[in-house]
Amino acid sequence: MTETTLTQTQVTTKATPEERRARIVGIILIVLAAFVFWVFGLGVMGDLNATFRLTLPTDRFPNIEWVVNTRTLAYIVAGVLAFLGGMLLIRSNAKRTNIALAIGLVLFAFAFLAWAAAGKSFSLVGMLRSTVILSVPVTLGALTGIMCERVAIINIGIEGQLLASAFVATILGSAYGVWAGVIGALITGALLGAFLAWMSIRFRVDQIIAGVVINIFALGLTSFLATRVLAEAQDLNAAPQFGAITIPFLADIPLLGAMFFNHNWFVYGMFLLVTILHLGFFYTRWGLRSRSVGEHPRAADTVGINVYATRYRNVILGGLIAGLGGAFLTLTQVSRFEENMTAGIGFIGLAAMIFGRWMPFGALAAGLVFGFARALQQKLGILATPIPSEFLLMTPYLVTIIVVAGLVGKARAPAADGQPYVKE
Amino acid sequence: MSEDTGSPTPIPEETSPEEQPPNFLERATGARSGVLQAILVPTLAILSALIIGAFIIALTDLEALSLFREDALGALGQMAGGVWVAYRSLFLGAFGSIYAISETLFAATPLILAGLAVALGFRAGLFNIGVTGQMLIGGMAAIFVGLNVQLPAVLHIPLALVAAIIGGAIWAGIAGVLKARTGAHEVITTIMLNFIALFFVEYLLKTPLFQEPGRNNPQSEILPESAQFPFLFGADYRVSIGLLIALAAVFFVYWLLFRSSLGFEFRAVGFNPTAGQYAGMKVASLYVLVMAISGSLAGLAGANQAMGLAPYQVTQAFAGTIGFDAIALALLGRSHPFGVLWAGLLFGALKAGGRQMQAAAQIPLELVIVVQALIIVFIASPELVRAIYRVKAREEEPTQLTRGWGG
Amino acid sequence: MSLELKGITKRFPGVLANDNVNISVETGEIVALLGENGAGKTTLMNILYGLYTPDEGEVFVNGEPLQLSSPADSIAAGIGMVHQHFMLVPVFTVTENVILGMEPANSIGWLDQKTGSQIVEDISGRYNLEVDPDAFIEDLPVGVQQRVEIIKVLSREARYVIFDEPTSVLTPQEVEEFFRIVKGLREDGKGIIFISHKLDEALEIADRIVIIRDGKIVEEVIPEQTTKEECAFFMVGRDVELVVQKEEADVKDKVLVVNDLVALDDRDHRAVNGVSFEVQAGEIVGIAGVQGNGQTELIETIMGLRDPISGSVFMGDRDVTNASPREMHRLGVAHIPEDRQASGLVVDFTITENMILDGYYERPYSRGIQMDWPAAEQAAVRLVKEYDVRTPGTEVQVSTLSGGNQQKVIVAREFDRDVKLIVASQPTRGIDVGSIEYIHNRIVEERDKGVAVLVVSSELDEVMALSDRVLVMYRGKIAGEFDPEKDSTTEIGLAMLGGAQ
Repeated sequence: MTETTLTQTQVTTKATPEERRARIVGIILIVLAAFVFWVFGLGVMGDLNATFRLTLPTDRFPNIEWVVNTRTLAYIVAGVLAFLGGMLLIRSNAKRTNIALAIGLVLFAFAFLAWAAAGKSFSLVGMLRSTVILSVPVTLGALTGIMCERVAIINIGIEGQLLASAFVATILGSAYGVWAGVIGALITGALLGAFLAWMSIRFRVDQIIAGVVINIFALGLTSFLATRVLAEAQDLNAAPQFGAITIPFLADIPLLGAMFFNHNWFVYGMFLLVTILHLGFFYTRWGLRSRSVGEHPRAADTVGINVYATRYRNVILGGLIAGLGGAFLTLTQVSRFEENMTAGIGFIGLAAMIFGRWMPFGALAAGLVFGFARALQQKLGILATPIPSEFLLMTPYLVTIIVVAGLVGKARAPAADGQPYVKE
Repeated sequence: MSEDTGSPTPIPEETSPEEQPPNFLERATGARSGVLQAILVPTLAILSALIIGAFIIALTDLEALSLFREDALGALGQMAGGVWVAYRSLFLGAFGSIYAISETLFAATPLILAGLAVALGFRAGLFNIGVTGQMLIGGMAAIFVGLNVQLPAVLHIPLALVAAIIGGAIWAGIAGVLKARTGAHEVITTIMLNFIALFFVEYLLKTPLFQEPGRNNPQSEILPESAQFPFLFGADYRVSIGLLIALAAVFFVYWLLFRSSLGFEFRAVGFNPTAGQYAGMKVASLYVLVMAISGSLAGLAGANQAMGLAPYQVTQAFAGTIGFDAIALALLGRSHPFGVLWAGLLFGALKAGGRQMQAAAQIPLELVIVVQALIIVFIASPELVRAIYRVKAREEEPTQLTRGWGG
Repeated sequence: MSLELKGITKRFPGVLANDNVNISVETGEIVALLGENGAGKTTLMNILYGLYTPDEGEVFVNGEPLQLSSPADSIAAGIGMVHQHFMLVPVFTVTENVILGMEPANSIGWLDQKTGSQIVEDISGRYNLEVDPDAFIEDLPVGVQQRVEIIKVLSREARYVIFDEPTSVLTPQEVEEFFRIVKGLREDGKGIIFISHKLDEALEIADRIVIIRDGKIVEEVIPEQTTKEECAFFMVGRDVELVVQKEEADVKDKVLVVNDLVALDDRDHRAVNGVSFEVQAGEIVGIAGVQGNGQTELIETIMGLRDPISGSVFMGDRDVTNASPREMHRLGVAHIPEDRQASGLVVDFTITENMILDGYYERPYSRGIQMDWPAAEQAAVRLVKEYDVRTPGTEVQVSTLSGGNQQKVIVAREFDRDVKLIVASQPTRGIDVGSIEYIHNRIVEERDKGVAVLVVSSELDEVMALSDRVLVMYRGKIAGEFDPEKDSTTEIGLAMLGGAQ
C-alpha cells in the first residue's frame, strides 16, 4: 500500500448539506427572534392587548375571547425563537430543523397577529375558518398534481383546468342549477386532463409546454367568452351557491367547530379525498401499479402493466379533482366568474404538492399553510395595518417561492417525472 | 440511472447509425427539412388555428344563434357573414395599407424582444415564463430614469434603456439564482415573480416617484419628450426606434448563440448540463447569466411599452399579455432568433388586425389570444399537424425541452 | 418441451438487428447466446419477451406458435426474463417488486402484504436465494437485487428463464454462486438462455453455445469441443488478440496522489471513505470492484465534480483537492467519463462541437468571446482521422455514431491535450471489439509516453489486462493492492467482496 504523508494539508471536514441547512435555518430563527423582539415587542406603543375572538356571536358558546398582551407575547416568542435557533446552530440535526422551523413560523405568525391586532379585536376564529376554506382550491390543485406526477406526467396546466372548470360551473350552474354546474366542471377538468395526457403520451409534446398551452388556452377562451357572451347574458353569470352543512355537536366546539365542522360539502370532500388517495396509493393494487409507472415505467411494462393506459386514467382522474376545485370557486365562494379569477392558485397548488412531498396528507398540510397565507393577507387588509395592501397581496406568492426554493429541504419527485415513455 | 438507485449503470447498446441527419444549425432553422417543410408545418398550424377561430366566432355569435330556431339557413348565413367581416378586418388591419403595416411593425416590436427572451431561455434549457414581471420591472426602471433625470434625448433614452436592461436582468436573475443555488424550478419561481412584480408596480405607481400628480389611481406621470422614442417614419405612423432596438436584439441574440463562446455554453448546457459540467462549464453560473440576459431583453420590451407608445404613461397592466405571447413566439420560431423575428411579425399582424377586428366587427381582442393558443398547440405538436394533413415527416423533432423538478 | 425461435428477422432504421435467426432451448438445458456488443442478442431476447415484434419469423413452445405482443403474453407462455438493467423499482420493497403485476389483493384491490411476503419467502427458501422481503431495493447491494429479479421471474412460474448479461455486476465469487443457482434451476427442469459476451462464462456454464454476429447465427458449438480462441473468432469474424500487448512499465514520478479522501454520495452516505493511493508516470493503475462501491464518486471527486469533505488530492506538488473540472483539464488531466451519452457528449451537437466541448473558450477555438468555427472544424477533421472515427463527416450529430465511435470522439477530445494523467471510467463499456482494441492500445501508447493512467472498470478482465497494478475498491475503501501478473482473480475477487466469502 502506498504511504503518503500529510504535510501542509489541513484535514478539513466540510459540512453536509443537511448541516448547512440547519445552520441557515438557525440563523433565520435568530434573526426572526430579534425582529419579533424589536418590532412586535419594543415597537408597540403603550401597553396594548390584542383580543382574539375564538367563537362567533352566532355560535353555541358565543363570544369567547382570548386577551393577549402584545408585548409580553412578543418577548416570549422572541425567547423561544432564539432558543430554537441557537439549538439548531449548536446541534444541527435534519429532523429537528423542520420541526423547529415549523414551530418557529407558527409562533412568529402568532406574534405578528398580536401586533397587528394590538388594541383591537380580531376574529381568530374567522381567520382560521378562512384558512380552511382558502386552502381547498390549493389542496385540490395539489392533489391533481399528485395524481399526474405519481405517474410521471408533469401537469403545469392545473391553473387552466381550475379556471375553465370554474367558468363552466358558473354558466351551467346559472342555467341549470348547482349540480349541473358541478358535473360540467368535472367534465371540463377531465377533458383538459385528457388533452394533456394525449399531447404528452401520443405526441410526446414536452409536458410543460402542453401545460402552458392549456393555461393560455383556458385563459384566452374564458376571457373571450366572458366578454363576448357573459357581458350580454348576465343571467348566465349568477350561479346559485352551495350552503354550509353543519355537523351537529361537533360544530359547537369552540374554535375547532367553526374551523372544521361547518362547511359546504366541498371542504368535507377535500378531507375525504385526501384520505382516500392516501389509502389508495399506498395500500391498494391500483396505487402500487400507478406508482410503479411513475417510478420505473419500463419495469411496470415488463410485468404487463399498461403504462399508457395507467397514465391516461390517472391524469383524467386528476382532471376530475381539478374540476372539483373549479366548481368550488364559483359555486361556493362567489357566483360571478371574473376574468383570470384563479390568479395563480394552480401554481400555488403545484408548490403545495412539492412541499407536501407528493403525498396526499402532505398536500393537505401544505394547502393549509397556503390557505393561512391567503387568509392572513385578507385579514390584514381589514385590520388596516401600516403595510401597504399590495405587499400583503404578495404574501402567498412569496411563501410559494420560499417553499419551492427548498427552505423546507430537498424532496424527491417520482423518478420518471416528466419523461415520456417510449415503448419500442 | 446512477449509483443512487443501486442498479447498474445501463450498458448502452450499439446505437443504430441512421442516415445522415441535418446538423444542428440546420435543424434549428428548419432549413434542412427542405424549405417546403419548414414553412409548411407552421403555415398549416396557423391556418388550422384560424379555421378553429372562425368556428369560435361563428358559434359565439349570440344574435345569429338566437335566430337559429326560426331560420337556420339565414342564421348560418349571418354567422358566415360575421366570420367574413371579422377576418376581413383582421387582414386589412394587418396588411391592408401602409398604416396597417406600420401598425403591424409597431405591435411586433415588443413581441420580438419578449420572444427573444423566452427563446434564449429555451436554448439553455430554461423555461422563462417570467417575461411579464421582467417587463414590468425593466419598464419601471426606464420610467424612473425618464421621470427623475434631466438629460437631452441622445443621452436620456440610452440611459433609460440601460436601466431597463438592469431592471429586467435583476428580476430574472432572482429566478436564475434560485435555480442555481436551490434547484427551484424556474416555471414556478418566475410565475410567482410575475405576480409579485405586478403588485410591486401597482404600489410604486402610487408613490410620488412615479405617480401622476393629482391622480388617485396607480398611473405614472407622462414621460418628458426627451424620454420618448422618436418616430421612425414621422408622427403619422406609430413605429418608433423601438423597432430598431428589436432588430438589433435579433442580431445580437444570433451572434450570442451561434458565434460566441458564451452561446456555445448556453446551448451545451441546454442539451446536456451534465456533459457541460464534466467539460468544465460552470452550469449554475450559466443559468444565472442566461436568465439575466433573457430578463434584460424582456426589460427592453417593457421599456418599449413605456417609452415607445403614446400617451407615454402607464398603469400596472402595461405588460399586457406579451409575456404569454412570447412563449408561443419562441415555439413558433423554433427558439431561433430569425424564427422569432418572423413569428413576432406574424403575431404583430394578428394584434394589429385584431384591434381592427374589434373595432369593425365587435369581436373581443381575446379571440386573438385564443388563436395564438391554438397556434401553440399545433406548433408544439408537429405530429398532430402532420397527422391532420397527412404530411410526411422528414425528421424527428425533439420536443422535450425541459426537465422535471430536480433542477 | 422446447422453446424455438424460427426465422426471426427484425429491422430498425438503418440496421438489420436480427437476420433470419433460428435458436432453440429445451427444458433442463442451458444454452449460451454469445456475441459481442451490438450483435443483436438483446434485440432477440426482447422479441422473446414481447417487447418487440419481429418483422418475420415466429416463436414456438412445444410446437405451438405464440403471439407475443406484450410481456404479459410471454409471462403467460412461461417465459421469464432477468434483465441486464434491473426492472426493479428502487423505492419499493422486495415484496412489492415481486408481486407487481400479480398482486394478491381482495375484491376492492386492498393489497395482501402477508401473502406477498410469503410468496417471496417460499421461493427464496426453495431456490436458496436469500433476501429480506421488506427491504427497499435501493438499500440492497447489486448482487442481492439480482436475486430479487430471479425470484420475480420464478414467482410467475416460468418454464424458460432468459438471463441478459447477468454477471456484469458480480464479483468472481458471486459469479460462482450465480452459476450454482442457474444449475439448480436447470435441475429443476427449467430451460435457460444465458446471454453474454464473456467467453469464459459461456464455456463454463453452458450445455450448448450459440454464437451470433451482426444479427446472424454463425455457429453452434459444444463447450467441450471448442476453444476460447475459436469462439472469439466466430464472435468477431477474425482472429482477436485476447490479451493486451504491453511491455514492462517504465515508472517515474508520482503524478496523482490521493490521501485519505472522504466524500459523500447524493444520498449523503460516505461513498468514498478514506481512500489513499497514488499513480506514477508511465504506469497504469486499475481500480477493480463491483459497481456501487464508491468508484464513481471517487472519480468525480478527483475530477472536481464533487466536493470532498476531508482528505486531499495532489497532482505532483499541486493541491487540487478543491480544483474545478476545468482546472483539472488545464493541468493536463484527460477524463473519459463513465457514461458517454450522459456525461461525455452532447449527443445533439455535431462531432465538431463535441470535439471542442472542453477547449472552446480559448485559442485556437475562440478569440476572446468570439468563436472561430473554421479552426474548430479543422481540428475536428484532423482528430476524426487520427482517432479512426467512422463517420461521413464532422458536421453530423454525434447521436448517429455507434457506441464505439462515440467513445473514440471522447478519447480524441481528451487526449488532444498536453496529457499528464488519464482518468478512464469504464472506457470500453458497451462497444464493439474493434473499438475496444483501439482504445486499449491507445491507452497503453500514452502510458509508454510517460503518462500516468488510472482506469476504473467493473470488468475484471479489462482491469487485469490493462493494469500494471490493481487496486480493489470495496465499500468506499481500498481493500487491497494486487499484481495482475502474479495474483489470481480468485484472490482479487475475494477482496472485491470485502474479504468475506
